[in-house]
Amino acid sequence: MKLLWALIRRDLMLATRQGGGVGTAIGFFVTVIVLLPLGLGPDQTLLQRIAPGALWIALLLSVLLSAERIFQSDYEDGSLDAMALGVVPLELAVLAKAAAHWLTTALPLALAAPFFGFLINLDPQAILPLGLAMIIGSVALSLLAALGAAITVALRRGGLLVSLLILPFYVPCLIFGVAASSISDLVTPSLLMLAALALAGLVLIPIAAAAALRAYLK
Amino acid sequence: MVFTDVNFTLGSGQLLELRGPNGAGKSSLLRLVAGLGDPATGLITLTGGSAELTIGQQAHYAAHQEAIKPPLTVIENLKFWGDFLGGGDLAAALAAFDLDGLADYPAALLSAGQRRRLSLSRLALLPRLVWLLDEPTLGLDAASLDRLMKLVRGHLSVGGLALVATHSALALSADVTLMLGASS
Repeated sequence: MKLLWALIRRDLMLATRQGGGVGTAIGFFVTVIVLLPLGLGPDQTLLQRIAPGALWIALLLSVLLSAERIFQSDYEDGSLDAMALGVVPLELAVLAKAAAHWLTTALPLALAAPFFGFLINLDPQAILPLGLAMIIGSVALSLLAALGAAITVALRRGGLLVSLLILPFYVPCLIFGVAASSISDLVTPSLLMLAALALAGLVLIPIAAAAALRAYLK
Repeated sequence: MVFTDVNFTLGSGQLLELRGPNGAGKSSLLRLVAGLGDPATGLITLTGGSAELTIGQQAHYAAHQEAIKPPLTVIENLKFWGDFLGGGDLAAALAAFDLDGLADYPAALLSAGQRRRLSLSRLALLPRLVWLLDEPTLGLDAASLDRLMKLVRGHLSVGGLALVATHSALALSADVTLMLGASS
């Protein structure tokens, strides 16, 4: 556990010193939300109806945008080689990297999204369910992003491939996420489904992503 | 196929010097030993180490890329590897390549030779049985070269194994010299 914390702490430190990936994701998120009402016109009822969906799509795309970087620099500078030779199983190292991505990118976006909702007339009653659904859903999004990043780590311009590979997996997150956000009930079946997706990802994705990374290291 | 019919035995405290022209498979052989590759046929075994760990987990592998994060300081880079690999002696690692004075500088400011020294100082961070060094002398000045040789000598004297791929002559006499790709 202490060994994993070392990896998470290093990634957090890198994210705060470099800022590149995180800044891009947050900037993209804000841009989408600011431009949306300008593009759709000032129809308040229309905006209120589409607000949860728009916020979810913005979150999804922002996370996807930063996905490519998760393993790239560690692969290029040989850190991944050394990690594979560590006493920590690569699966857990992947989990730690995904956790760091969640803490630096997905979670801040999920926490900020309800507030950006004011810009597109989000129903105040939906703030709490939306926030909760996004926090839970962002876990699944980060894990899926890590999977996509692992599968394309050695490919130049892997970004396009990440999008294509991960898109089908993001669809259920989006459907259940939006469904859980638009009702004023806090715990809905959709939210439970979203939590199930996150938990399944927590177990399965480290195994899949580590297998992909090992294949590249060989 | 990179190479065939490669066969060697290395005893405790012995140094293997790996030689051969570019592309002969020196790096590939080191990666195979580390377990970062699958040989098409053949076997690499380590006797006397831990039975539970793989050879890679008992080895230091110094590749020609340097596993260094430029935004972090020298000491933060070392501390991460120490923590991640299960505890290490930071002071010894800094001293091994005379990096004390640079400890608080961001690694982005280091020169190529200093980066190499930082990368190699992982060897002194914590003891591991097998050292796999891929062109470790690249970019090192004479003083650092001496330090590296001292480090390797110390490692061998406590019964460690070292496999060094190199083009330049080492100041150490190799117990085994393996020539790859000599025929072509």
